[in-house]
Amino acid sequence: MENQVPLIEIRNLVKHFGSVIALSGVSLNVHRGEVMCLLGDNGAGKSTLIKTLAGVHKPTSGDFLVEGKPVSFASPRDALDAGIATVYQDLAMIPLMSVTRNFFMGREPVKGVWPFRRVDFDHCDEVTREEMHKIGIDVRDPHQAVGTLSGGERQCVAIARAVYFGAKVLILDEPTSALGVAQTSMVLKYIHQVRQRGLGVIFITHNVRHAYAVGDRFTVLNRGKTLGTYAKSEIAIDELQNLMAGGKELQAVSAELGGMV
Amino acid sequence: MVNTTQPTTDLSPPSTVKQIQDERLRDVSLVTKIMRRPELGALAGLILVAIFFASTADASMFTLAGIMNILSPAAQLGILAIAAALLMIGGEFDLSIGSMVAFTGLIFGAFLTLNSWPLLLAIVATFAVAALLGGLNGQIVIRSRLPSFIVTLAFLFILRGLSLVGLKWATGGSTQMRGIGDQAGEGLIRELFSGVAFEGVFAWLAANDLIGKFPNGTPTVTGVPVSIVWFVGFALVATWILLRTRAGNWIFAAGGDPNAARNSGVPVDRVKTALFMLTAFAAALVAVLTVLDAGSTDARRGFQKEFEAIIAAVIGGCLLTGGYGSAIGAFFGAIIFGMVSIGLTYTRFDSDWFQVFLGAMLLLAVLFNNFIRRKVTGER
Repeated sequence: MENQVPLIEIRNLVKHFGSVIALSGVSLNVHRGEVMCLLGDNGAGKSTLIKTLAGVHKPTSGDFLVEGKPVSFASPRDALDAGIATVYQDLAMIPLMSVTRNFFMGREPVKGVWPFRRVDFDHCDEVTREEMHKIGIDVRDPHQAVGTLSGGERQCVAIARAVYFGAKVLILDEPTSALGVAQTSMVLKYIHQVRQRGLGVIFITHNVRHAYAVGDRFTVLNRGKTLGTYAKSEIAIDELQNLMAGGKELQAVSAELGGMV
Repeated sequence: MVNTTQPTTDLSPPSTVKQIQDERLRDVSLVTKIMRRPELGALAGLILVAIFFASTADASMFTLAGIMNILSPAAQLGILAIAAALLMIGGEFDLSIGSMVAFTGLIFGAFLTLNSWPLLLAIVATFAVAALLGGLNGQIVIRSRLPSFIVTLAFLFILRGLSLVGLKWATGGSTQMRGIGDQAGEGLIRELFSGVAFEGVFAWLAANDLIGKFPNGTPTVTGVPVSIVWFVGFALVATWILLRTRAGNWIFAAGGDPNAARNSGVPVDRVKTALFMLTAFAAALVAVLTVLDAGSTDARRGFQKEFEAIIAAVIGGCLLTGGYGSAIGAFFGAIIFGMVSIGLTYTRFDSDWFQVFLGAMLLLAVLFNNFIRRKVTGER
């Protein structure tokens, strides 16, 4: 894996918002077929980092390379065109719209000549049904509203959409944080599937257990800086937990509560 | 501390749970399918209202002439309501539609009588001004991020005031501008915007005793008023755009969740601006149709039509929060309006019951829509 060019590489990325230093030197890379977990507590700078990768923010300084080439995104559309798809926790799907309409939103295939140009909904329905089948969600009627799907299914549909439209790197923003156990396992299983297809995944979470279940490597973010990147073989889950919590306090609390935190 | 394999060992229960849910889904799927149509409420309402009048009103209400009587006001309102519905689905309101009818009516009249422009040029120029004003509405809403409710409320008064001031200025003190019909002249363009259509068909039907005729052989109803043709045509085109085209998907997306839509690459701001232009366009169309019909325009034209249009859109299944609704629903909503407002004169009820009915219908529609939305999205 080391001799490959990483899909995404950032070095010493810095982002200031006026006088606020959101990121002060973040380095990270993700390769094909790898799940890179980005861990950090609230306020560590995870959201700013994702938004920078997704083309929402422009970095103040630092290197941002996609497949070895330096890039500068002006909009989320640019990032999308470069193969970087971001699945936001709750902003991925529109509950009142059908699964098909959500799946193809913004990228509807059309047929016919103007002014009779229309969306090829037969094709859309077929693709949606097929893709849902692949990830194990049996959508009998692709016209059903996304609101009728469970939270986990919605995340899976959002991921499937990104994969179908040719994403090379998936950035998943806390895909499991609002989900129950069964739903979480469904999403984690799907992340594993996506990795096997050769995509790079950046999985953002503050749940060490979820990260450890699918992650290959772990980068810990604290106060806008990377504390380091560790392969799964190099670090145990409780070390990771302590690193993320940023010190001894949690350990102390954990000891007090009998090791349950 | 933690069992990391826990997620994978939990894989079998969710799949069995899901299957049970799916079986339940299959049972109700037919009902759900019908319920999923946003215009269901409006259609049911229309049938109920028709049954009510069929049993209480004079039989002449449902003759061909009576139906044309109902559809004429429905058409004028409906053109506005369909545009308002598309805008509401796109997540915004336009309270300036009624005033826009008065204002575009005034400038249309001014172009014809003061500038003595030919009809076609006057119509094109009127639509251009309307598009400009609609675009302005949209740009202010988008750039200021204020609720469109407030921005267009401001324009409700601005445009109504401008219509009054402009009319007095143009006519030397009157709030009515006459002589527009004479200035418009005759010809194909005029035929498109005033009078009746399909006269040949109606003459043929009368000649073959299929519809009523006067003793001299002319049919009692000489044709379909052109406003009704525009109304039906607009409803069909709007429905097709909404349900079958890219733009339609973008309208639903922009209203359903603008952020999610933007993240997926939908040009939300462009869609909303275009929709504001469409409502202004619809107002201009109604202005041209009614001004040419009456031959004059006045400052009260389109008064309170913004509310009626929104009510018709809501009866047609549009959610006030956007992202859901239908154009054909607004079409039925407008017909309910026409049927009740005209129909009451065929009954022994006081026609002022209309207002009571209006409020009750609106309340009922909103409650019904909320219920439907919960069904559709599976909220509890």
